[in-house]
Amino acid sequence: MDFELLPNLVTFFPLVGVLILFFIKPENKVLIRWVSLLTALATFGISLVLLQQFDANNPALQMVTNLPWITVADWNISYYMGVDGLSILLILLTTFLTPISLLSTWSAIEEREKDFNIFFLMLEVGMLGVFMAQDLFLFYVFWEFTLVPMYFLIGIWGGPQRIYASIKFFLYTMAGSLLMLLAILWLGINQGTFAVPDLIALGGIPAGIQTWLFLAFAIAFAIKVPMWPLHSWLPDAHVQAPTAGSVILAGVLLKMGTYGFVRFNLPLFPEAAVKFAPMMAGLAVVGIIYGAIVSYYQRDIKKLVAYSSISHLGFVMLGLFALNSQGIQGGILQMINHGLSTGALFLLVGMIYEQTHTRNFDVYGGLWKIMPVYGTVMLVVTLSSMGLPGLNGFVGEFTILLGAWGAGMPGEVLGSYWYAGLSAIGVILAAIYMLYMYQKIFLGPEGSIVQTVKEHGHVLRDLSVREIITIVPLLVFIFWIGLYPKPFFALIAPTVDNLVKVLQAAMMH
Amino acid sequence: MNFSEAANTGYFFLAPWLVFFPVIGLLFNMIFGGKMSEKAIGTVASLASGMAFVVSVLLAYSLSATHGHTVTVPFAEWIHIGELQLDWTFRIDTLSTVMMLVVSGVGTLIHIYAIGYMHEDVRFKDDVKRFRRFFVFLNLFIAMMMILVSGDSYLMLFVGWEGVGLCSFLLIGFWYDFDTLGQKSTANAEAGKKAFIANRVGDFGFLLAIFTTFWHFGSLQFDAVFKAAEAHPDPIVISAITLFMLIGVTGKSAQVPLYVWLPDAMAGPTPVSALIHAATMVTAGVYLVVRSAPLYNLVHGASYIVAMIGAVTALFAATIAVGQYDIKKVLAYSTISQLGFMVAAVGMGAYVAGIFHLATHAFFKALLFLSAGSIILGMERGHHHLAHGHDDHGDADAHHDEEEEVFDPGDMRNMGNLRKQMPVTFWLYMAGTLALAGIFPFAGFWSKDEILLDAKLHAEHFPGVYWLLSIAAFLTAFYMGRQIWMVFFGKERTEVAKHAEESPPVMTVPLMVLAVLAVLGGAMNLPFDGFHNLGHWLEHTLGHVEGLPLDLGVAGISTILALLAIFFSWLIYGKNPLKDGQPDPLKKPLGFLFTGMENKWFVDEGYGALVIKPFEKLAKFLSVTVDWNFWHDWFHDSVIYAGFKGLARFLSEPVDMGIINAIADKLADMTKRSSEGLSRLQNGFVRSYALSVLLGVVAILGYLLFK
Repeated sequence: MDFELLPNLVTFFPLVGVLILFFIKPENKVLIRWVSLLTALATFGISLVLLQQFDANNPALQMVTNLPWITVADWNISYYMGVDGLSILLILLTTFLTPISLLSTWSAIEEREKDFNIFFLMLEVGMLGVFMAQDLFLFYVFWEFTLVPMYFLIGIWGGPQRIYASIKFFLYTMAGSLLMLLAILWLGINQGTFAVPDLIALGGIPAGIQTWLFLAFAIAFAIKVPMWPLHSWLPDAHVQAPTAGSVILAGVLLKMGTYGFVRFNLPLFPEAAVKFAPMMAGLAVVGIIYGAIVSYYQRDIKKLVAYSSISHLGFVMLGLFALNSQGIQGGILQMINHGLSTGALFLLVGMIYEQTHTRNFDVYGGLWKIMPVYGTVMLVVTLSSMGLPGLNGFVGEFTILLGAWGAGMPGEVLGSYWYAGLSAIGVILAAIYMLYMYQKIFLGPEGSIVQTVKEHGHVLRDLSVREIITIVPLLVFIFWIGLYPKPFFALIAPTVDNLVKVLQAAMMH
Repeated sequence: MNFSEAANTGYFFLAPWLVFFPVIGLLFNMIFGGKMSEKAIGTVASLASGMAFVVSVLLAYSLSATHGHTVTVPFAEWIHIGELQLDWTFRIDTLSTVMMLVVSGVGTLIHIYAIGYMHEDVRFKDDVKRFRRFFVFLNLFIAMMMILVSGDSYLMLFVGWEGVGLCSFLLIGFWYDFDTLGQKSTANAEAGKKAFIANRVGDFGFLLAIFTTFWHFGSLQFDAVFKAAEAHPDPIVISAITLFMLIGVTGKSAQVPLYVWLPDAMAGPTPVSALIHAATMVTAGVYLVVRSAPLYNLVHGASYIVAMIGAVTALFAATIAVGQYDIKKVLAYSTISQLGFMVAAVGMGAYVAGIFHLATHAFFKALLFLSAGSIILGMERGHHHLAHGHDDHGDADAHHDEEEEVFDPGDMRNMGNLRKQMPVTFWLYMAGTLALAGIFPFAGFWSKDEILLDAKLHAEHFPGVYWLLSIAAFLTAFYMGRQIWMVFFGKERTEVAKHAEESPPVMTVPLMVLAVLAVLGGAMNLPFDGFHNLGHWLEHTLGHVEGLPLDLGVAGISTILALLAIFFSWLIYGKNPLKDGQPDPLKKPLGFLFTGMENKWFVDEGYGALVIKPFEKLAKFLSVTVDWNFWHDWFHDSVIYAGFKGLARFLSEPVDMGIINAIADKLADMTKRSSEGLSRLQNGFVRSYALSVLLGVVAILGYLLFK
């Protein structure tokens, strides 16, 4: 029976804001905005204290809260929360992106702002819970809990096809979750505990059963990531979601899938992980290439970014299933990188959409001249997404590919250079579709949209101060991770090293 | 601290300032440039680059004081994961200092020239604000190039490599809303994108080389890699590494088959063509091979492939240069061809000759490009003069009228007899031409001859290289002769040419410095005992280098070939000058051969048909048919959605939970009626049901499992 306040405080602090919001009249929009923004900022502040308390040299779970929760029959479900190197960065990413997303809604969301903010803060609780929970059942509760607010964020504040998109999002995730739930129940009942660290310590799951459990978890997570071919909910959800929803969806929700793999699949079923590594890496490679090629064909900016996520998360999955420290550390860092870059891309797309009300980039062109700040910021983010050295994307992609190449050496887990070799083509393709998009919007002569906006009595303006405040924190981290990733790797390295040892032992079998 | 004291300890600690000075320059101009005059912006940028040159000189000086022993200056840790230890360390050795001196030296001259050039260019293009941006990019380029040449590991080299690629993209597409004729278009932007993508293909190869190196030799630091490679010279591994690298070289140094981006890169302002696409960035591939000499020395097969790629490129590009009419396009293909000479040289292990030619080429080709820029601006001035009369000459508000005829100031067919209007530029251009053609005693003569001599001496191990290069050298003198006659001699073929105006001193003075270097640059490595300065300097890095003597046979043949070529060019283009509207006199006798040269052997069209079209078709097929029709619609409707409904029904009947059925139907209902959805959502309809789906399913499963 342990209790540590800090992780619980971080997780549930947004509920304070929700509680206050209940008592504010829906008409009082300014107050609503400020209350939720300040709540999110305070949560971010508390998470920084959490970071300060976090001992980067300790590979084990820290700041543990472990209380018995449901103990009927053989069920030993506990309220088990904690932080380690696998989750600390994702927790910070969540608390970091939430206030940014909220700030971006000030001009974008006009209807039912109160409800919107309540759902958003509830979503934050769910996401933080997912990253903190160390009990399978508790994890599942948080996992499913995130579905509900996201469903409404898309379904109420989304674009014209929002109902279709939100139901699709719901069905896909649910379909995967059911299998995971079965696996969780089997594990918890047969092993006598739902606590993940205890399950890892116990070990001893027969290889045959590991296979089935691995697959059950993998399908749930693969849908969330999403891995090819389970990705078809993503373009709908992204395109229909409001800007803030897209940011959080791409930035954090997708990471719940990749995080699930590294938190559960790898340490709980190491033998199965070794066995399935070529298959998972293979699907990742298909996702990288497929996502990149399909991105190139899109004409809707948001859709292009959505498909590019499939490609980028393919890199993350490839890194994780290289099963070596370069690959896994790179994979975890790339989760953060993708959250920053793609989050920034969605924010930037939202900013122009508010002015033009179209995302079809055939009508754009020459915006760099009219909006120099916007054009420059977008260029940096585009380059980050393409993996240019000096920006964050490169550090992740490079370490992932390096790790995957090492895993492809004879006798290693993937056993073929093709995985890394083909994935490196994704680096070329990323340049093709990202520069294509950039050129269509910002280069060349003025597009017809400039005239269209004029006809509606407006003039395209460059970024406002609020918009700049929204985007600058992301840029800071894009440069920071790109130039000096050491502190970030330092946070994840010890835990990953431990995990790699477990996996290497499994490879020996 | 006086000078001699400092020399003892050395100035090596200054190495990071190679990068910092240009970075400070660009930040300064970014932050304060908005309120600064053009002169001030240009001065800041030039000083930033000039300071990098000063640092380079001090480093070279310190290095000579310590007898050329390699010095490394650790600067920062970058990526550390397990055995992967990647740091940013500066490497000062005799090879890197040569590159630093060339880059910052030529770079600074071009910065100064660009103050004058861009002053006019932004006015002809009617966007004065872009002046500052140009110098920010130019400083960024110097910084990236310095990272490239001063890095102590393949990774830092790669960082600079990608960084200069970015600058190249930004500067090719500098006038991103125009084409090369100044018409509104996406053409320049396309050219920038093409350069970036072609280079990315090369980078892909470089990356694979890096991965292979790391996993076989355990490091990316140069000395550690070479040591490990010599300890375990596995030919398959080293061949793989060197050939993967070669892909990178063909991208960055514009060799067959990835050279196609370089001619289009001429869309960038002329100082960019001179600095990035002739003198410095494109030589990075040559530098990479020389840097990796210990690896290439171990695998003859791979080295031969490198040499052949270089030799074939040298000849191939030279044939295209003969058929071009744009003054910068001729120089662009010439650059590809000359890079071929360098690549061929370093492929044969003639590293000193390769670097020698790299340096002299940087001088004379920068000179030629900048002089070409002077000519183009001279023509623009003439054109402007004709279009607007005397009154608003040089006005900031120059603009292109709609009805104004499209005029190409870079087309040699529009020129003629320019030596009369632009005498200074003419003489400067002559110096560059004679150096490029390899006429004694200009710089190019010595460096090209050294390559040819090496090719001759190694003909046994590298068959064919000598002949390919010799023919290429002949063509070089021919197309340069053709250019000289067309541009500077004969009669003016247009009114504009009659009114062309000479450029101001801010442009011509840097050219004079380059001209002196183009004339005398050969002195850095003369083929006489005691004069192999460059060779001895590089020996400290490359190991023993044999100083070649002058071979009268090789030198004689190449001189005769060059003079013959110039004579032929006079016969065809000089004796009977081209008339306005007359087709190229070679067109008739050469027939389809000349059509091929004129049209760049249709290589771009080939890539279009074989690579780009199929890729676009594939993208469409994957997006529409596979992704949307199959996965998005069919898979969702027939598998996920139907499956969910079926499952709900299956569960609801035996367990008698009618609610599931109802929910499935309601969901189906809602999917159909998306437009009415909002009102339904507002009724709290979905809210309750969605939650009950969740809870219901959990309850059912729990019941089934544990009853």
